[in-house]
Amino acid sequence: MIDLALDIMSWILLTVGGACVLIGGIGGLRLPNFYTRIHAASLTDTMATLLIFVGIILQSGFTLASLKLFAIMLFLLLTGPTATYALANAALLSGLKPGPGRSGLKPDAGTAKDKTKENAPE
Amino acid sequence: MIYIFALFLLTLLVITAVAIVRTEDLFVSVILTSIFSLLMAINFFILDAADVALTEAAVGAGVTTVIFLCALALTGDQEKPQKEGQNRGQKVALVVVGFLALLIIYSTFDNPRLGDPDAPVHQHVAPWYLEKTPEYMDFPNVVTAILSSFRGYDTLGEVFVVFAACIGVLFILGVSPPRKSLQVSVRKSGLRHHLIPQVVGRLLIPFIVLFGLYTQFHGEYGPGGGFQAGALIATGVILYALLEGEAEALRAVPRRVLLGMVVGGALLYGSVGVVCMLMGGSFLDYSVLAADPVWGQQLGILIIEAGVGMAVCGALLSIFHAFAARERLT
Repeated sequence: MIDLALDIMSWILLTVGGACVLIGGIGGLRLPNFYTRIHAASLTDTMATLLIFVGIILQSGFTLASLKLFAIMLFLLLTGPTATYALANAALLSGLKPGPGRSGLKPDAGTAKDKTKENAPE
Repeated sequence: MIYIFALFLLTLLVITAVAIVRTEDLFVSVILTSIFSLLMAINFFILDAADVALTEAAVGAGVTTVIFLCALALTGDQEKPQKEGQNRGQKVALVVVGFLALLIIYSTFDNPRLGDPDAPVHQHVAPWYLEKTPEYMDFPNVVTAILSSFRGYDTLGEVFVVFAACIGVLFILGVSPPRKSLQVSVRKSGLRHHLIPQVVGRLLIPFIVLFGLYTQFHGEYGPGGGFQAGALIATGVILYALLEGEAEALRAVPRRVLLGMVVGGALLYGSVGVVCMLMGGSFLDYSVLAADPVWGQQLGILIIEAGVGMAVCGALLSIFHAFAARERLT
């Protein structure tokens, strides 16, 4: 009975997590400009990571594998949003203004070098 | 199921490779190269080559990307525009590449099935390695046993290649930049005004280095070893350099220490071989290092893996600093 409940829970979590990845991917392709795109892509970093990893942990139960999965989840939850932040910050510093529409899809060549340095820590 | 996954990954690999060739923005192509390495690492992993996957992820996707970005910061991130009349060579190249690709595809028809245990490559010395590793070394990771003991000469050669590459890069790029430019880079470099990456980076660096040490000293039991550990620790230090500025990283791990690690690692490896000879064995035959041959093998492997790790870590960091210390030539 408990097993069935855990299975159902974990499949719900995995499905919703997978949907989050899908939405993030579609958003990354379809949204008009840089900031909206990383907003969509960051959905995969946070929501999808959390849901999918909790789903897998429910599948593996109280084992060493669960602990490792938890550690990986923690790592991804720390680094993913940081990478997104660094990306957005670098874009802002290199002169890409946030705004509606397709404005400023590409920063001009002169400031692109700064972006190179800023992006590196990911 | 695994075949579908592998097919998917290989398709992505081809798409990435085509994109790398086609893009004119070198920055984009560097990032794509990093993605290519990551996909390759996953491919290695589903082929059960965890050691190689770890190396590919750490070196290919991690350190190489940073070194490429450092090089781009020195040169510029746009491809040189092609002049008219240079396309004739391209067509010849395309024909040659296409012909060779067809030839290679034709020759794969004679290959044994993937993972076939009866394939010639699995019948030569591999069964002997698998059988003798528990007897001679008494640890489970056969890859480490082959790498550092059975084929110790090859690994010694690889360490000297790393050593030679490091010396070559240092000769070309120069070790000591002029004082004045160093002052400028102290003030400007690093992400000190970015609080979030800095805090997260500080949180992660100890764990990265710890994981590197774990791969170093756990290499006999799990995937890992000197090469992977050296690359991982180098990644940790490079992350520190990116966050705090290159000068801070040099203060933490000075250039002397790095060069000492490169030279010392290669020397340590070689001298283990010489000690083996002095104790009555042949070169790199670790069995004579202790009273019990199994302990001798384990001791020898531990020491030479430490040498490999030191050499790789030192070489990668030296190359990184050599690039980072240069001023942009305009």
